[in-house]
Amino acid sequence: MTSRRLVLTRSAALIGAATSGLLLPQLARAQGNKIRVGLMLPYTGTYAQLGVAIENGFRMAIDEQGGKLGGREIEYFKVDDESEPPKGVENANKLVLRDKVDVLIGTVHSGVQMGIQKVARDTGVLSIIPNAGVLAATGGLCAPNVFRASFSNSQPTRALGAPMVKAGHKKAVWITWKYSAGDEAYLGFKEGFLAAGGTIVKEIAVPFPNVEFQAQLTEIAALNPDAVACFFAGGGAVKFMKDYAAAGLKGKIPLYGSGFLTEGVLDAAGAAADGVTTTLHYADGLDNAKNKAFRLAYAKQFKLQPDVYAVQGYDSGQLLVLGANAVKGDLSNKKALYAAMGGATIDSPRGKWKMSKAHNPIQDIYLRRVENGENKVIGVAAKQLVDDGPGCKMT
Amino acid sequence: MSATKSHLEVFPAGVKLVLWLGLLALLAFPFVGTEFYTQMVTRMMIMAIFAMSLDLLQGVTGLVSLGHAAYFGLAGYALAFLTPQSEAVSLWWTLPLSVLAAGAAALVIGFFVVRTHGIYFIMVTMAFAQMVYYVFFDNRALGGSDGLYIYFKPTAQVGSLTLFALDDKVTMYYFTLAMVLLVYLFLRRLLWSPFGRALAGIRVNEHRMRAMGFATFGYKLSAFTLAGALAGLAGYLWGVQTEYINPDLMGFHTSAHAIMMVILGGMGNFAGAIVGAFTFEYLLHVFKDLPYVGEVHLGKHWQLWMGSFIVLVVLFAPRGVLGVVQALTTRGARQQKDGDV
Amino acid sequence: MDFPTFLIQLLNSVQYGLLLFMLAAGLTLIFGIMGVVNLAHGSFYMLGAYLAYAISGQFGSLTVAIIGGTALAVLFGLALEWLLFRHFYQRDHLDQVLLTFGLIYIFEELRSLAWGDDVHSVKIPELLRLSIPLTENLSYPVYRLFIAGLCIALAIGLYLLINKTRLGMKIRAGAFNRDMAEALGVNIKLIHALVFALGVGLAAFAGIIAAPISSVYPNMGSQVLIMCFVVVVIGGIGSVRGALISALLVGLVDTFGKVLLPQMAGMLVYMLMAAVLLWKPEGLFKQ
Repeated sequence: MTSRRLVLTRSAALIGAATSGLLLPQLARAQGNKIRVGLMLPYTGTYAQLGVAIENGFRMAIDEQGGKLGGREIEYFKVDDESEPPKGVENANKLVLRDKVDVLIGTVHSGVQMGIQKVARDTGVLSIIPNAGVLAATGGLCAPNVFRASFSNSQPTRALGAPMVKAGHKKAVWITWKYSAGDEAYLGFKEGFLAAGGTIVKEIAVPFPNVEFQAQLTEIAALNPDAVACFFAGGGAVKFMKDYAAAGLKGKIPLYGSGFLTEGVLDAAGAAADGVTTTLHYADGLDNAKNKAFRLAYAKQFKLQPDVYAVQGYDSGQLLVLGANAVKGDLSNKKALYAAMGGATIDSPRGKWKMSKAHNPIQDIYLRRVENGENKVIGVAAKQLVDDGPGCKMT
Repeated sequence: MSATKSHLEVFPAGVKLVLWLGLLALLAFPFVGTEFYTQMVTRMMIMAIFAMSLDLLQGVTGLVSLGHAAYFGLAGYALAFLTPQSEAVSLWWTLPLSVLAAGAAALVIGFFVVRTHGIYFIMVTMAFAQMVYYVFFDNRALGGSDGLYIYFKPTAQVGSLTLFALDDKVTMYYFTLAMVLLVYLFLRRLLWSPFGRALAGIRVNEHRMRAMGFATFGYKLSAFTLAGALAGLAGYLWGVQTEYINPDLMGFHTSAHAIMMVILGGMGNFAGAIVGAFTFEYLLHVFKDLPYVGEVHLGKHWQLWMGSFIVLVVLFAPRGVLGVVQALTTRGARQQKDGDV
Repeated sequence: MDFPTFLIQLLNSVQYGLLLFMLAAGLTLIFGIMGVVNLAHGSFYMLGAYLAYAISGQFGSLTVAIIGGTALAVLFGLALEWLLFRHFYQRDHLDQVLLTFGLIYIFEELRSLAWGDDVHSVKIPELLRLSIPLTENLSYPVYRLFIAGLCIALAIGLYLLINKTRLGMKIRAGAFNRDMAEALGVNIKLIHALVFALGVGLAAFAGIIAAPISSVYPNMGSQVLIMCFVVVVIGGIGSVRGALISALLVGLVDTFGKVLLPQMAGMLVYMLMAAVLLWKPEGLFKQ
């Protein structure tokens, strides 16, 4: 063997291996009669917990209905979106172009959702959003094949204003992170609060994802409003509530917020969260039969307590089953499929809800207060609240 | 900083052969690959252009920039601003304009940044990139944290005749491949030009170059600007392909990934940057797609595999993939000489 | 703003600055003194926080967590140095960047495997749980004052160690000229191992101490990492005094920036760093 031939054969082998590595998965995917369900969720990183909860809820809903969609078996495909917006389109394409899924369930993070929305609009694939509240998804970028089973960013806070004014807290300071979810939450709060007769003393925006709140807390104390309304989630929510309490503001200036402030973080927040009043489309302690059954079944199957994300995943599953059954598994019958899903009433642990014309849930928003480490439901802040984003051509 | 490495600049026969084979594979790929994979390789090629632009700065001139993604993203944003919601724009003027915008930004930032050295240079480039990032992240008028759509891909028309349509994935693939080749040939020419030799000299010993009368600030600034413009070209293509621009594209992670691609492939010769980009993206793809072994989803733990791979490369292959290829192919020839089969 | 509020914001600035110094102290050692670019610094901080959660959860005491956690981190640092880092002192900064970037991925995944992805909290010790009222509305948490005090002690201790002890002298000699120091009989291998382990230990210590006020969650290291590098670079690599002053400066700019210039608050620290480096290209107190 000459050295040149040796080099040639070795390198050809290398490149051949790499190329076939790209092709093999595609060759291996057999075409069957199964419905392909694609899950694009954060399986790593800050929101991993949410991704797990959503998938758990989703699968539970499917299994409760017999594990089939319209009589057809299901094949699952999963992609970790890593909460990375620049990879949103790429990851969505993995499911839609490569794995050829019939329906895409995703995702949590709004920036990534924008990528999915693009692919959904361009390819027409059926898309169910189990969390991301970006207004545009059921607003300016709405589409007949995109359905949301969660909420829109301004929906929970829209209902916050009226209870605050009713409790006598008319002058409020609003604080949140400066990013689009924060901006959209403020939008809802502002409209709701002002309409109920409140005034916003100051709108404080914290650079995202900064969690050093001392400067802002000092400012709030100096402004001395009737109450503080906010939107934070995850680790930031815990820190804010703890810092709020440690600064002595707890008890002096009531703290209100979007329900995400107290979702999934009460263990970590401890006593600092007591008395915090929030609005959300779900609460663990909701007293209806469906919720009780759901919580029991979920805890039994997953050895975990479910949260709003699990409920949203569950409802995404219910929605899909409903649609698939209506077309007897023939997802290519788009007209009937979209009509069925668009006209559905979902019997959810959060109560019954319907789709709006823009495909966002019309749902009750509950008023909750943290007592003894739990979100206790103290009322309904808004009944059957419609909150589509502006600019949807389907409304 | 410790002694600078001498880089592989002249390719031995073995490496050249591998590169030619790679080119052939790239030319042939759309005929065997599906839509999805054609798109994926196109994206790899876009990252290859990005990596090559960084190699000019990092590999040749020795300036490690942790903020190179800023220019990548800026060109993408330029295209997003230039494309209205209702119709497409022309490739012929939006491409040069976006590249110029990126280059202009690099010129302005470079003017401030190039006067620092070593780790300080790394940090200042990162600082400016973060500033650019925040300008876009914080301003809803510029798209904010949710980014911007590019509603139509640019057209390539001359009069009323459409030369080619970038909407077609295969056309986009070959257009990008052409760009890769153009940039590569341009940069190789540059490497061996007096300008390129001066840059390499600055990397090896800047003081000596200055002592010899070279205005090193001007050379470094030119390299920085050119690298920024080429990064802009990659960013423009990214925008064309993805049609979605997000501030995270300009972030720390994107810049860090680019640095890794360049080191992974082998620095200072541009072919390494291409190889590095392909290797990095391909490995990410492979690791994320690993199957289940019993209950454990290996693909979920892709960070572990990727991190371990990077550490192994740093430990055992300090000259990157091309260095390994060189070692393998040279050994083959040597073995042959000793009479082994 | 009125004068009392101004004073309180000043207090906030100083306290945040001191906290930053504590976070950056480990990096000052490894990066500043030893010249190793360590992007995994945020991961060590995260390790400390998770150790605080695990140990205080197990034994119910933050003190045990501080002592035990720091000790464990130091051991971990020694092991890491022996396995990996000692081969990298002479290598290019770029190789160190690549190595530590790979390590970030690995540590993040190991953390996920060991402790999961949930958000956790660590309880403040009973003694320190009160808040001192400052104005009618605002109180100041004693725990933060405690941290501030610890940071000052740490700064003094570190300064004395590096500049006033024989060990510190040997460390500085080794950083300045490794071969010469070795020729003069300094056991450089041991010194490097010790300093590296100390750096890791400091980062973890900061994570443990800060855990009660910062809560424990995935990716918490990456946010801290950039800030730490900014602090060390502004101060000048290799200077403990520089790191302290720079940390206070960053604390000031960040705190007052958030209140006075909220539209630009995210960028201000970077603008500060750019401004400093353009004026003094090697930091404020470059050795």
